[in-house]
Amino acid sequence: MNVPAPRIARTLLVAALVCATAIGCSKKVKETPPGADTGTSDSGATTNPIVDTGPTRPGAYGPADLDSDACLRNRVVYFDLDQDALKPEFQAVMNCHAKYLRDRPSARLRLEGNADERGSREYNIGLGERRGNAVSSALQANGGSGSQLTVVSYGEERPVCNEGGEDCWSQNRRVELVYSAK
Amino acid sequence: MTRIARLLIASLLLAPAFAASAQSSGLEIDIIGGNAAALPIAVVPFAGSTGQTDIDDVIRADLARSGQFRTLDEAGLPERPSQGSEVAYPTWRMLKQDFLLVGRASPSGNGYRVEYELFDVAKQERLLGFALTAPENSMRDVAHQIADAVYQKILGVPGAFWTRIAYVTSSGLGRNSRYALMVADADGFAPRTVVNSTEPLMSPSWSPDGRRLAYVSFEGGNSAVYLQDIASGAREKVASFRGINGAPSFSPDGSRLAMTLSKGGNPDIYVMDLGSKRLTQATNHFGIDTEPTWTPDGGGLVFTSDRGGRPQLYQVGASGGSATRISFEGNYNASPSVSFDGKKIAVAQGNGNTYRIAMLDRSTGGARWSMLSPGSLDESPSFAPNAAMVLYAGREGRRGVLYAVSSDARVRQRLVLAEGDVREPAWSPYRTK
Repeated sequence: MNVPAPRIARTLLVAALVCATAIGCSKKVKETPPGADTGTSDSGATTNPIVDTGPTRPGAYGPADLDSDACLRNRVVYFDLDQDALKPEFQAVMNCHAKYLRDRPSARLRLEGNADERGSREYNIGLGERRGNAVSSALQANGGSGSQLTVVSYGEERPVCNEGGEDCWSQNRRVELVYSAK
Repeated sequence: MTRIARLLIASLLLAPAFAASAQSSGLEIDIIGGNAAALPIAVVPFAGSTGQTDIDDVIRADLARSGQFRTLDEAGLPERPSQGSEVAYPTWRMLKQDFLLVGRASPSGNGYRVEYELFDVAKQERLLGFALTAPENSMRDVAHQIADAVYQKILGVPGAFWTRIAYVTSSGLGRNSRYALMVADADGFAPRTVVNSTEPLMSPSWSPDGRRLAYVSFEGGNSAVYLQDIASGAREKVASFRGINGAPSFSPDGSRLAMTLSKGGNPDIYVMDLGSKRLTQATNHFGIDTEPTWTPDGGGLVFTSDRGGRPQLYQVGASGGSATRISFEGNYNASPSVSFDGKKIAVAQGNGNTYRIAMLDRSTGGARWSMLSPGSLDESPSFAPNAAMVLYAGREGRRGVLYAVSSDARVRQRLVLAEGDVREPAWSPYRTK
């Protein structure tokens, strides 16, 4: 699905690109120690100028927020048995990650779908994909771009708990949000 | 004696013991239940040595775990004939034995020549008399072939003892998991690793010639379908589309591979011509369609779909068309394995939190169901090539173990890997001599 970029995002993108080439913007580069850019500036600047310039306006997320922001630190979404519907309690998590994706168009997110151990393994691969797709849709509904998202289903092959019982199964019915590019 | 010398001698003494335990540490065998109607057979210890392998032990274990035979305990043998001229029929009739197997081995080249004879006790008649010559390290193969010959002579159905099984093992949790695709003899001996990975491995499927396995590997960050030659290790990636690449299944003639792909947006069944790699889409439905298994004529596919709400079995032509639902009992039926004659389908049947192996028998025209396993989290049934037994995976505490159950559900054998989790067994086709 091709979702047109919201106007504000385009404006930000332009600002960021301008910024990357303008000397006056260099003061906004917070995380690069002086001198560190000598060896890496080429690759850094050519592959993705946006990554190197950091936030361009107050309130925009940066990579450091993934570890510090209370909402962004939530990167697991849990599901009910045999369900792929997103539970309302995860709406806030969808909102902040969607905003992160909007703020950082270069970010890439893997949505790893998982199922509990009951039933057929290959069917559970299908179920894990449905859950991944549900999270993908929710992120896109909140302004994330489909091109930033990849769904991978692991079915029941990567459990985080193998004790059996509903407490354990409910931990395994999940989608993990994994940033492959921050 | 110096300490070093003593250590050396100790390690020399330990070496053979270690080698022996390493060989047998793969799968343990355990028979649960029994069959009162099983045919009594006495397998007399073979005369002469066949090195490491006790041939008659292997034959006895094969026949017993089939559920069709009840073997006489070795300790209860009053006589130990090794050839026809030494057989006294009244002795065996008194012990209520229907059949008697005797044999003898002698060195031959770098191995042994093994002769065996099978007798019908009531008819006082020799049914079989053959000799096999093989290297020492093939003596288990020789034993399985003798068991197959006995099975076929008495029951009129080929035995499936000289076959292999493929399965997946895992250890660890989450991102620390390790996976292996293994192949072992059908009785669990001689396990060996075909593929090792830190990413999930799934769904092994045998080629009809028994030389290759198709399987799913996540090593590239997403699922992909691979074909691998077991002997050489040479492999080929045949499907790595966006989304799911899963559930491979060789067609009966080996020229095509059915699989599940979600590149079209949701999981559907596709058939790949392995020569041209061209894909034909066999199903097109917004539900989850997966686990295609071929009908023996190569014209149809039985698969799992939740198009009706819960997973059930459906059948569709290999080149597509409309799908017909074929399972109507149980609210969850998945992972079909089709018998060689197409008459029986083994499935994982779910009811609440209990999953058992069930068998749908269509041989009488209707649909007769029977339960093959007690549950509670049983999955992945796979028919032996003669359909007399079904291999499946169950859970025991935190680990998965394999079971082999006779198709009449009367004898169940547990095959336990020493450590870790064992699952997704796939029984090989018959081997060719």
